[in-house]
Amino acid sequence: MMLIPCIHCGPRDESEFTCGGTSHIARPGLDQSDEIWGAYLFFRDNPKGLHLERWRHTQGCGQWFNLARSTVTHQILSVYAITDSPPP
Amino acid sequence: MTSSRLAAPYGQRIDRSRHLSFEFNGRPMNGHPGDTLASALLANGVRLVGRSFKLHRPRGIYSCGVEEPNALVDLGRGSTRTPNMRATQVELYEGLAAASVNCWPSVEFDLGAINSRISALLPAGFYYKTFKWPNWHLFEPAVRRMAGLGRASDERDRDRYEEAAAEAEVLIIGGGLAGLSAAVAAAEAGADTLLLASSPTLGGALGWQTDPEIDDLILRARRSGVRQMTRTLAFGIYDHNLVCARETLHSPAADAPAGGVLRERLWKIRARTVIVAAGSFERPMIFPNNDRPGVMLAGAAEKYAHAFGVACGQRVVIAANSDSAYRVAASMLAAGVDVIALVDRRPQADIGTEGVPVRTLMSAGIAKVGGARAVEDCTVISTELDGVRPERLQCDSILSAGGHAPAVHLHSQAGGKLRWLEESSMFVPDGAAPGVWSAGACAGLFSRDTVANHAAELGLALARGLAPPPAAVGGAGRSLAATHVPGLAGKQFVDLQNDVAVGDIGLAAQENYVSVEHLKRYTTTGMGTDQGKTSNVNALVLMGEYTAREPAEVGTTKFRPPFAPVTLGLLAGRRVGSLYRPLKTLPAQEWHRARGALFEQFGNWVRPAAYPRANESLESAAQREAGAVRRAAGLLDGSPLGKLEIFGPDAAHFLDLMYVGTMSNLIPGQARYGLLLNENGIVVDDGIVARLGPQHYWVNTTSAGVERTAAAFEEWLQCEYTSLRVLVTPVTSRWGNVTVAGPRSWAWLAAAGFDPALAPGSMRHMSIQESSLDGLPLRVLRASFSGELGYEINLPADHTEALLERLWARADEFSAVPYGIEALEIMRTEKGFIHIGTDTDGTTLPQDIGFARALERKAANFVGRRSLLRPAARDPNRLQLVALSPTDGRTLLPVGAQLAAALPPTQTEGHVTSSYWSPELNGPVALGLLARGTQRLGESVRVHHLGKVIDARIVKAPFIDPKGERLHG
Repeated sequence: MMLIPCIHCGPRDESEFTCGGTSHIARPGLDQSDEIWGAYLFFRDNPKGLHLERWRHTQGCGQWFNLARSTVTHQILSVYAITDSPPP
Repeated sequence: MTSSRLAAPYGQRIDRSRHLSFEFNGRPMNGHPGDTLASALLANGVRLVGRSFKLHRPRGIYSCGVEEPNALVDLGRGSTRTPNMRATQVELYEGLAAASVNCWPSVEFDLGAINSRISALLPAGFYYKTFKWPNWHLFEPAVRRMAGLGRASDERDRDRYEEAAAEAEVLIIGGGLAGLSAAVAAAEAGADTLLLASSPTLGGALGWQTDPEIDDLILRARRSGVRQMTRTLAFGIYDHNLVCARETLHSPAADAPAGGVLRERLWKIRARTVIVAAGSFERPMIFPNNDRPGVMLAGAAEKYAHAFGVACGQRVVIAANSDSAYRVAASMLAAGVDVIALVDRRPQADIGTEGVPVRTLMSAGIAKVGGARAVEDCTVISTELDGVRPERLQCDSILSAGGHAPAVHLHSQAGGKLRWLEESSMFVPDGAAPGVWSAGACAGLFSRDTVANHAAELGLALARGLAPPPAAVGGAGRSLAATHVPGLAGKQFVDLQNDVAVGDIGLAAQENYVSVEHLKRYTTTGMGTDQGKTSNVNALVLMGEYTAREPAEVGTTKFRPPFAPVTLGLLAGRRVGSLYRPLKTLPAQEWHRARGALFEQFGNWVRPAAYPRANESLESAAQREAGAVRRAAGLLDGSPLGKLEIFGPDAAHFLDLMYVGTMSNLIPGQARYGLLLNENGIVVDDGIVARLGPQHYWVNTTSAGVERTAAAFEEWLQCEYTSLRVLVTPVTSRWGNVTVAGPRSWAWLAAAGFDPALAPGSMRHMSIQESSLDGLPLRVLRASFSGELGYEINLPADHTEALLERLWARADEFSAVPYGIEALEIMRTEKGFIHIGTDTDGTTLPQDIGFARALERKAANFVGRRSLLRPAARDPNRLQLVALSPTDGRTLLPVGAQLAAALPPTQTEGHVTSSYWSPELNGPVALGLLARGTQRLGESVRVHHLGKVIDARIVKAPFIDPKGERLHG
């Protein structure tokens, strides 16, 4: 069970959070093809290594935030606001 | 051959002044406080403790610790019966009752021993090859009965288990020389230090003899503030240095108090750094019949003598592959045991044999063990071509000193790597794991001074956040990798618990199951409750021999928690019984109970299904209640209904984005039914949205969906529509809901004192008003799920019971009744109103349930809109909501029955979703989903159910009051 550093509350057990999957995915517009819409709904990359993802501190402050995590070691590299771009 | 107690100073752990009586297989015996069950059995001369898993061979106590493969017992009786306990880990208590496992009728005379006679039919993987013709199902029950060892209790476990959390800057796992040295150094350097030891006492492998250095460390640990937990076994290391440990609090007592005892506590410990000082296990020697009772690990025999004062034999032979055997020989001699010979597999030993007056044979091994139920003699041969001739030695015990296997489990769980130390034939940690360091024997350090110094340096460095010193891995002297002598007759066991022999490993190699993970699963070596603690290294070394690979090339299988077996009770903790799934109750639950409510679970709410009178069934009560509501009036507690308050300048626009309908054009006071979709266009929730003010909405959702809906709204606002100024506040438990319905409902409310502004003449259907009753604030919504004139009165939740009482006082005048969920379901089905999740499923789109025109009318974007444009969403053959009636007007259509025009065999065209007997129509009413349903009004269809066919027709909904006059009139 990971220790997730909530952007507002600090490090808390993973069980207090909900994972929202890959972050920074742009929703396609209404005019995009069925294929593009389907890819948005059902397809995700599964990288070995750096993964930018979003989490919500459901059992705490209720806020969404972004996380950069290694899917191999689970090391959490950085935490940043949900509306921010990933740090370099 | 009997074992006997040794006089003091042997027996450091036992209190000879007191006696404990216990039972083993029904035989009464005696022991002392401080004994384990194993040491007490040995002291009572018990050598045969169980029968092996597959072959039912006689087995005795093999070790003195958690690695015990043979001495498994079922402990206790009745509800406290715990199967498969290691006798070596059970602390003796008064009245203990234990029984051997896997034998019938007794361990002495076991019918299962026939398996030994047919062992040629039971090699590794036999179930893939034998017992197949004519049909393997014939043999399956017998093979399944063979599996398993102990027997679990049938009764409910009355004992309790807890969970607790702890933190530490430096967590030390292991209370031996290394653990204590590290803990003292860390604590004296100022770190918050926690030490876990699995034994009842500290000291580890040195703790069962008087040792001044250990005593001094224990004293310093106490003085420097090291927090200690004994009887606490760390069984797993998880992400980010979370260590889980089991604290054993209370053995199952022979006469447990009625409420049970607190048995175990699960500790979840976050540590900044972890030092594993878990010691090492002894490797067994491999020779024919090396599983006979009387064969034991050498270090274990030494520990039984010193710690428990038990001699494991009177005439012992030591089979050696390690210098530690010589120390054991000296130890045994000092205890008065006759050491017949020391049979060393190696050509020479590193420590001199001068000090040990024991007959020593080098380059020699054991070729045979005599005795069917216990060791009676052994035959020694030389492994050199021109060595001495085979010789038979009379003995009652063979001690196995095959070398050491550092306990690298926790290091590996944490992602640490291993390397093979050639000289000592052992795997040691190759550097540290992230956040986890190793010290002492489990790091490959076996010299006392090196261990103490390195551990202290490590503890100090980690406490101060400095670079930790590298471990000067010295190994434990020379040990051969493989110890079996090839070409001998008889079974040479590698894994005792699962009866895996050298031949089975050869078979796996022959059949090309050569990867170490295949070796494990094909032969089942290492898969018993001991998880191969005494077999894994020998097995992979052997596989290497068979396939010309080095042990490092074969490698180890993946290490996974738990390190030792843990009970399900420990993992469940307090979340059992009524705490497993906490249920929500109504604010006025006692009032409903007093009115005779029959409660049922709806989702995780406990609600009245109906209020049966004397001699009434649930069904007839629901019929009566529904009839009463349609004729007169009734009240329902609607408090679980989901409620959200939405505020903000952009609240209107936001709701348009969320809902299928348009909510921004509601004028304050107006309400509208809305559907919520997910991004796939699937209907996930419904409810009435009411506007209280320009920037204020009152949103109802389903009772099961309110948390999910609020979370979805938050996600949209925080992640996507971040510039909208909207606040979403869940208020379900803040507001109670008393729903009053029926033609006389307003008269009833008026008599109870409600404001005339709420009268049907002045308050339209689907509108909301803020009101009050004697100063109590109300939000009254005129809406109806029953189809009758109805009001949903929202009020502060803790006043719900008072309002119910107030209405109840005037109920008789209006022939009003309380009604429950069953009656509500009857009425809403009569009106053709859907229930999300009953009449819809994970494929239902809004156009399937009659919302096609609403979709066309709405120009703006909303959640799910794009998915409604996909080809599947526009398929005319989609399942659509229909109303159904049986042709005979009498047969209740079963929910879930399949719909098809033709007789079987045919494709299903849909199913029945809701079905009730209507008291008003005195006939059945039903809803269903049917392909192209909206085009098939008036058609016949067949309802297929469990081989029967019921003729039915698609009819128009609603079944009652099609013009809705009862609502608006």
